[in-house]
Amino acid sequence: MQDFAASFFEAFRLVLGLDPGLIEIVLLSLKVSMTAVFIATIIGLPLGAFLAVTRFPGRGIVIVTVTALMGLPPVVVGLVVYMLLSNAGALGPLQLLYTPTAMIIAQTVLVVPIIAALARQTLEDLNGEYRDQLMLFGLGSLARLRTLLWEGRYSLMTALLAGFGRAVAEVGAVIIVGGNINHVTRVMTTAIALETSKGNLALALGLGLILVIIAFAVNALVFLLRAAAERSAYA
Amino acid sequence: MFTSLRCLAVTLTTILFPVATVAAGEFIVLQSTTSTQNSGLYEHLLPGFEKKTGIQVRVVAVGTGQAIKNAGNCDGDLLLVHAKAAEEAFVAEGGGKQRRDVMYNDFVLVGPSADPAEIGGSAQIGDALQRIAHSRAAFASRGDDSGTHKKELALWNGIGVDPQAHSGSWYRETGSGMGATLNVAVGMDAYVLTDRATWISFGNQADHRILVEGDPALFNQYGVVTIDPAHCPNVKEAAAERFVEWLLGPEGQAAIAGFRLDGQQLFHPNAKNGGS
Repeated sequence: MQDFAASFFEAFRLVLGLDPGLIEIVLLSLKVSMTAVFIATIIGLPLGAFLAVTRFPGRGIVIVTVTALMGLPPVVVGLVVYMLLSNAGALGPLQLLYTPTAMIIAQTVLVVPIIAALARQTLEDLNGEYRDQLMLFGLGSLARLRTLLWEGRYSLMTALLAGFGRAVAEVGAVIIVGGNINHVTRVMTTAIALETSKGNLALALGLGLILVIIAFAVNALVFLLRAAAERSAYA
Repeated sequence: MFTSLRCLAVTLTTILFPVATVAAGEFIVLQSTTSTQNSGLYEHLLPGFEKKTGIQVRVVAVGTGQAIKNAGNCDGDLLLVHAKAAEEAFVAEGGGKQRRDVMYNDFVLVGPSADPAEIGGSAQIGDALQRIAHSRAAFASRGDDSGTHKKELALWNGIGVDPQAHSGSWYRETGSGMGATLNVAVGMDAYVLTDRATWISFGNQADHRILVEGDPALFNQYGVVTIDPAHCPNVKEAAAERFVEWLLGPEGQAAIAGFRLDGQQLFHPNAKNGGS
């Protein structure tokens, strides 16, 4: 397939040439997805922690629901957020449709269940392991939670990375609520969809390669930070 | 609740997008079609207008059906699409204020050069479609209520064939944009109706080529529709009207005529009264 060779060439050409259009799109992708993961962490982590350490009637149903929502179809989330933010919708007066903020909202909705569900499992396992010791120390529930979050930090980091992977890779939601507007709401995935529809398959695949490299770089950075933290912890 | 939400949204936007917030001046949202965007027309057309007026035109490219729906939801300040009957209905129903001709090009029937239904060189699109239906050769349809899809259905209707009765066998509805449907047609050696601009600018033509063209029935008119402020109080009427006047005036019309790809003119301006 000559398209594969051509796509590597396109990817190199774009990266080495520091194509200003590409940089703009990459930065917007990172900004939108990282912000979404940040907000989703603020919502999802406490939610997961709450579900992990509390017992209440209907808890099982809530856990199954949150876990099932990990499979939310992006296009459905896009449609719902569009209907809310549309000028014909309830949140129309905010004037957020076709802005990066709309894309952040949609991706946050997609990422919250991933972080909440994975955090719940991690913290619940840890809680089972350490409960007796923590009780022995006579720690209050807040202090216990702090300990659990700290002990589970690496697994929780993986949950955040899973959320980031979901956010940065999805196209269905952001193309509806962002509109793929050039210089305003065009991100990597919508640019790939656009180039594919133009029949520029090599360029589209080249952009795809760059997206994979970016995801790799983000994960490598986290891996290195973790390794450095472990070294300093044992030093 | 709205004010606090709005405050939060504004604060978030300012924190996260300081550059964009400062740089964003006046803008309008243009609901338009994939065919105009995929051809690269807007990259050619818009800088001239934006430089002259400082008004940024933000293009959302979807199928004509969805574009009209979005505009009906007041999520656009202007429509530029190609389905005259649907545009006029939109005006009659009160969503649109005024519809005007902008430009035209034509549809072409594209297919594999092996041409299993032997339609190459047909002067009449009706004959060609008849032969495709008879030979049950694969035909890829947009199937998405777009302007091109409406046109295609009207052409089938004109020869008394109901292709949707064969949906899933030789008639394949992709439910996707023009470019995506062309990719499908190329992939399955299917015939497909496309506007000429998208075809000329399409990068994945492979073994496909134009087989039928030039029939007057393949005429493709683009129109611009302003949104009625009585229906959508938030519409940026003045800015949208300025763009329409520019587009239909001598400058815009000349810019449309000047958009060429591979030496071919993709759109032909035909505004009636030169705007202002």
